[in-house]
Amino acid sequence: MSMAEAIIVTIVIASTPLLLAALGELVAERSGVLNLGVEGMMIMGAVTGFIASYETGQPIFGILASLAAGMLTASLFAFVTLVLVANQVASGLALTLLGIGFSALIGESYASKPGVRLAQIHIPGLSDIPFVGPILFGQDPLVYVTVALTVGVSWFLFRTRGGLVLRAVGDNHVSAHALGYGVVRVRFLAVLFGGACAGLAGAYLSLVSTSQWLDNMTAGRGWIALALVVFATWLPWRLAVGALLFGAVGILQFHAQALGVRVPAQFLSALPYLITIVVLVLISGNRMLMRSNTPAMLGQSFVPDR
Amino acid sequence: MRIELIRRPERSAAMAWLSPVIAVVLTLVAGAIIFAANGIDPLQGLYVYFLEPLTLPFTLYELVVKAIPIIIIAVGLALCYLSNVWNIGAEGQLTVGAITGSLLPILFPDFQNVLTLPIMLLMGILGGALYAAIPAVLKSRFGTNEILTSLMLVYVAAYLLDWLVRGPLRDPQGFGFPGSRPFTDFQVMPILFPGSRVHLGLVFALVVVVGAWFILHRTITGFAITTLGQAPRAGAFAGFSRRRMTMLVFLISGGLAGLAGIAEVAGPVGKLEVVISPGYGFTAIIVAFLGRLNPAAIVVAGLVLALSFIGSERAQIVLGMSSQTGRVFQGMLLFFVLACDTFILYRLRFVRTPHAPLARSAE
Repeated sequence: MSMAEAIIVTIVIASTPLLLAALGELVAERSGVLNLGVEGMMIMGAVTGFIASYETGQPIFGILASLAAGMLTASLFAFVTLVLVANQVASGLALTLLGIGFSALIGESYASKPGVRLAQIHIPGLSDIPFVGPILFGQDPLVYVTVALTVGVSWFLFRTRGGLVLRAVGDNHVSAHALGYGVVRVRFLAVLFGGACAGLAGAYLSLVSTSQWLDNMTAGRGWIALALVVFATWLPWRLAVGALLFGAVGILQFHAQALGVRVPAQFLSALPYLITIVVLVLISGNRMLMRSNTPAMLGQSFVPDR
Repeated sequence: MRIELIRRPERSAAMAWLSPVIAVVLTLVAGAIIFAANGIDPLQGLYVYFLEPLTLPFTLYELVVKAIPIIIIAVGLALCYLSNVWNIGAEGQLTVGAITGSLLPILFPDFQNVLTLPIMLLMGILGGALYAAIPAVLKSRFGTNEILTSLMLVYVAAYLLDWLVRGPLRDPQGFGFPGSRPFTDFQVMPILFPGSRVHLGLVFALVVVVGAWFILHRTITGFAITTLGQAPRAGAFAGFSRRRMTMLVFLISGGLAGLAGIAEVAGPVGKLEVVISPGYGFTAIIVAFLGRLNPAAIVVAGLVLALSFIGSERAQIVLGMSSQTGRVFQGMLLFFVLACDTFILYRLRFVRTPHAPLARSAE
């Protein structure tokens, strides 16, 4: 594998969890729910994914466990914010704090144990094509799942009746309710989807990126995924572009040192967070772009009047 | 069966007091379950965790030491949240306040007189406030989401501190270990009670609590804070500026977080290190909510959360429990508080399921 191939493959590995988590959050936000607990759901997915695959030796059980863990934590958030109409910002923070603490507790005895790695696909012939082969046909299965999910979410949101209902709920919950749509039910499902995606994104970190469990291993990726949704102005395709961009920035620190760039390592580590801020400023400075795409009910609770 | 929320005719004053208590009780119940799941007698676990620290003089002092930064930060955050501004980056502002406040004793170790500590504290406050000004300016100039920017800056501050204590500010006599030279004499916070680590910060915390109470209940600024938080349109008609308020509460909360930061490094920590806080900036968010965003109640809430830090240390030593249980308790507590708060404004009604909503039949 050449240097360029290696760089592109590592960018894809760094981008996939960001894209997965952001896709789920995008669907939740399109329905009007701001779930700041992405980091918490993601780290729960990472720890349960690692434990399940370590105990069974099968990565598939890890993936299933991470999906379940993500949805379970998401349902906690959904119950508190949708049924009990608690403040979404505070509840999301609670979910993140709880997730980080709980994952550290149940993962403590698994730290520094060698995990099971989800193998890359190898298609004889296709995967061996120079340059194109490893990039298009030699990734791990979750990369293809993520690509399919991006297409699927885009299609669902803008080409199906269900997607229209979901966006209507996110843009005007009073009207959607008056038309007979179950606002709370739609939002609950959207949050669950977000949880499943975040859980899977966490499993990607502990099964593909590193194949081990480390305390607090998501390291703010859940928050970067949240920023990505704003960056993409709630459009799935832009999310894919943004994730690749952020993935590239994230791995810059490994390659910059190889290229002999004389910058403190801490500066390179801080770079993704700094760039997130810069990008957020650039996007939100554009009022037109923001106003036309932001779900109007984002973060607002809804109590049906009967 | 379906659960319906029915809005109460008016705010339930009883629930406003009861809800944090119920939340704490629910957390204890959940805690007992966690202890049992780890093969520890739940009653013994809860005793070691939450009661035993209250019976020993040493841990009582330590409780206050831990509560000082939490309360100082939480009061500032309460002002933010009351005005519907979301500063969640207090941990970063604490870190930067600790750094800027430490510059004087590290760069001029021989500057030793009565002015040393006051200058350090002022520089800490200034550093925290300026760091908090970044998300505030970005919010009011470009409409950038302050939740995300203030949180991103927590990570940036952590890396900045890491670089400084391993590089430019490292103790030349420190045998290559990360960390600045230890602070001495006039550079450290005076101890209030001999034999303990309770320092001058306790006085600051009490002044901050009283000051915030005064601002909220006796000044027009306080009125603007609550008006803009509860009824933004009414606030705008009254002529209160949303932008200036965002700036103000960010500067106050950042300055207070900076004060907590420098008080920690000039107090219990004693020098600039790689890790200077076990997440006080995040714990303070929980404390602000548990204390109903009310300065006086935040004192109680701060002591409760400080107990969770002490308790997890005790549980680690006595029961061999993971040190992480404290963080789990904190997360659960915030969840329970938020859930219980619903019942201040609403009550529950259980409805039998075969009940078609009116709107459905309109098809």
